[in-house]
Amino acid sequence: MSASQEPATQRAVSAEIAEAAAAPPRPDGHPDRAYRPYRSTALRAPQRPLVVTPPSLTELAAPVFGAADVAPIEADLTRHHAGEPLGERIIVTGRVLDGDGRPVRHQLVEVWQANASGRYRHDGDQHPAPLDPNFTGGGRALTDDEGRYRFVTIKPGAYPWRNHTNAWRPAHIHFSLFGTAFTQRLVTQMYFPGDPLFGLDPIFQSVTDEKAQQRLIAAYDHDVTQPEWALGYRWDIVLDGTHATPPDVDGA
Amino acid sequence: MLDLTPSQTVGPFFAFGLPFDGGGDVVPMGTPGAITLHGTVRDGAGAAVPDALLEFWQTGPDGRVPVRPGALHRDGRSFTGFARVATDRAGDYRLRTLRPAAPSGARDAPHLAVTVFARGLLHHLFTRVYFPNHVEANAADPLLAQLDEERRATLMAVPDGGVTGPGYRFDVRMQGAGETVFLDLSVSGAPVPT
Repeated sequence: MSASQEPATQRAVSAEIAEAAAAPPRPDGHPDRAYRPYRSTALRAPQRPLVVTPPSLTELAAPVFGAADVAPIEADLTRHHAGEPLGERIIVTGRVLDGDGRPVRHQLVEVWQANASGRYRHDGDQHPAPLDPNFTGGGRALTDDEGRYRFVTIKPGAYPWRNHTNAWRPAHIHFSLFGTAFTQRLVTQMYFPGDPLFGLDPIFQSVTDEKAQQRLIAAYDHDVTQPEWALGYRWDIVLDGTHATPPDVDGA
Repeated sequence: MLDLTPSQTVGPFFAFGLPFDGGGDVVPMGTPGAITLHGTVRDGAGAAVPDALLEFWQTGPDGRVPVRPGALHRDGRSFTGFARVATDRAGDYRLRTLRPAAPSGARDAPHLAVTVFARGLLHHLFTRVYFPNHVEANAADPLLAQLDEERRATLMAVPDGGVTGPGYRFDVRMQGAGETVFLDLSVSGAPVPT
């Protein structure tokens, strides 16, 4: 393991990224858990193969969330404090779908992100950029009948991290998603189009298939943009597997 | 089929985004039949993982999969079957819940479904917590049946009751010696109740 070694240069990490990109990508588009350019995977990716087993009845169902769980204001991250946060106000909207294109209805979508300066409201974030007293950066929403979600927030900044020397994360919003089956659980990150850091970032590049990479990038959508108010981005999310109709085990 | 959205790591900074008040309190303190489940998440070097997030999803003692909302906003009455807990600085987590029972028609022994998220984990891991007292059901369980004794033991909660009532320990080893059995649940042909 590399714990005692000097941090790698970007050039060395970029060479490792290129090497990994030359191998055939996984058919499902997910990253390999053991991905050397992202150093923290070294001790956290399992070494043994996953054990293949059919999902249980429990795993074919998913937690249910409702109006009591999520307040509408949670979807507007610019209104969680007395004042307006600094930064570029944006709207992020899209649909959550299963592999067959069916909407995932009334299900929980959660987001968290850095502020416009690239700083997280977290004790572990040592980036010397200012916190914004008017921005926490966490939000929740339920999808509607068509699987749509919509957040109002500010565009997060890029930020440095210590994977290697001069490592910077492209601007991103973390997303957490549930489907109709626990097996469809997904945590991922949404990126913004045209970011110059894509090629340098081991986390983005851990998705080695270029087409799959594109599925992590929101599209600027002028129809979502609101005049005199906020720029709009559209990002649809497709969960693993097909929509599983949960068994009617509760008699409801 | 649509192409799916790839996974990305939960990262180190989810604390203000995902955990919620009462995330480990699937049932309130003092609930008859409540058990505690706790453990430590460790990495391939055996070091505690202080920035993991675990989710648990389960049937209740009646063998039903919960279909009621309220997992984020606990009302103190409804059993929603869902827990979300982050590990602390020592890599420990804890939750309070009820014992799961198998739904009618299930081939699987009673268990909690688990997802593991962490910085350094680019795609979450699935595993399960089983209970040793279900001797017959465990012997017939399709997953447990294909594992040798050492691997099978990584999925078994260990009784270690405390002052708050019956308790179980379930450690997660992400890599290396004693590595937890993690699951690929993507196969089709899932069982349906008969």
